[in-house]
Amino acid sequence: MKERLVRLEVLRYNPDTDTAAHFQRYEVSCPEEGVVLDALNKIKETIDPTLNYRWSCHMAVCGSCGMMINGEPKLSCHAFLREYDGVIRVEPLAHFPIERDLVTAPDDFIEKLKRVKPYLIPKAPKPISEGEYLQTPAQLKKYHRFTLCINCMLCYAACPEYGLTPKFIGPAAISLAHRYNQDSRDGGRDERQEIIASKEGVWECTFVGACSEVCPAHVDPASALQQVKIASSIDWFKEHLLPGGGK
Amino acid sequence: MSRNPLIREVPPTSWYFRHPRYLRYMAREITSLFVGAYCVFLVFAMQSLAAGQSSYEAFLVALRSPASIIFHLLALAAALYHAATWFNATQKAMPIQRGEEFVPGKLISGAHYLAWAVLSIVILFIAGVF
Amino acid sequence: MAKSNKPIIWFPFAAGGTVIAFFIPVIVLLTLLAALGHVPAGLNYDSMRALAGSGLGKLAIFVVIALSLWSSAHRLRCTCYDFGLRADKLVANVLYLAAGAGIIATAVYLLRI
Repeated sequence: MKERLVRLEVLRYNPDTDTAAHFQRYEVSCPEEGVVLDALNKIKETIDPTLNYRWSCHMAVCGSCGMMINGEPKLSCHAFLREYDGVIRVEPLAHFPIERDLVTAPDDFIEKLKRVKPYLIPKAPKPISEGEYLQTPAQLKKYHRFTLCINCMLCYAACPEYGLTPKFIGPAAISLAHRYNQDSRDGGRDERQEIIASKEGVWECTFVGACSEVCPAHVDPASALQQVKIASSIDWFKEHLLPGGGK
Repeated sequence: MSRNPLIREVPPTSWYFRHPRYLRYMAREITSLFVGAYCVFLVFAMQSLAAGQSSYEAFLVALRSPASIIFHLLALAAALYHAATWFNATQKAMPIQRGEEFVPGKLISGAHYLAWAVLSIVILFIAGVF
Repeated sequence: MAKSNKPIIWFPFAAGGTVIAFFIPVIVLLTLLAALGHVPAGLNYDSMRALAGSGLGKLAIFVVIALSLWSSAHRLRCTCYDFGLRADKLVANVLYLAAGAGIIATAVYLLRI
């Protein structure tokens, strides 16, 4: 197993002692097929136990290890060392407050996920005695892609509109709402529209498309948001132009 | 709860230099300046047309300046970049599901390019360009 | 957090963006040829008069110019914000009013033909 010398420049911030962030250089030897997370782990184990960062699965399914690697939002377990030359700059995920070192405060994201009512709201109450919901493969396919989100927040770090307008509900939360809106078992679209068709909902999006480019789970939030815009527009015209609001 | 979180401000006038994709996005958005300016030019063209033959022909003659040619080249580049990015985006905005499969995005965008090429050739033909 | 009225702005923007994509490149090419001294036959006074003289022609020209103006205005508004110009309400009013003026002017000129 060949090793390579990895040089990282990592943002450090200690909330108890610092007023500003600074960068710290580290050099470790890692297997050449390793990832940035491996380098961070080796640093923490052998050089600097005070380095703080989140990680868990090490296989791009848990969404914990998101950070800026050479200015690009990536999962550190998914950033292969062989793809980088020279010193690798590692910073906390953009557009979120820094707790400590590479750990961000995800509170705004969590609140927005909850806000969009990300659960099935049945059209009518269905007791267990009536049996299960039936869904064809085609009906499942309609929303399946949007179920793949691992809540890693890379899309929020990539989205410039979220960076400029923090009250924007954001790609992942709106895609999640869309996931339920497209689910044949769901009847809660009107409730969710009140939230995602607001000014700080989908209308802050200008289709930059960065969210879909960085998404490690291939959710394609940009597509979800454009679909929500079109659906919301059709809603609006029905409500305002048709007698009885199109109901 | 956060002890003493550090907020990193997004520089409002230079954030787009952070990655080539943001520069490409700004380039796409700036096409609206040139396309918009060209539309204003079209409004003036309609004004001169409405004002009669001598006015319209004077308008056509006034077009033949170097500044006008440069303006046209910029407008053409902007319009083409707008069209390309718009057609590429349609596959995301309008997914078409047929049974369990989705129509490949390239087909949707490709159909737009094809329609645009046919339409443009037809218009050029009707205008007597060939 | 009520539903926004943005669709009244966004939907014509989307329609206009489609119109710009399909029609504006070839129209620019036509007037570019005129600027280079080779006025295409379709652009001479009699052809244009005939086109704009018909009801359908007026409608076609109006739809292309009106939607393209509106779409450009909206995109330019968003561009200004992205460039750091934060007075969004002011920029929006200026640009939509300008587009509106252009749209009305186009209608007036076309109706004179």
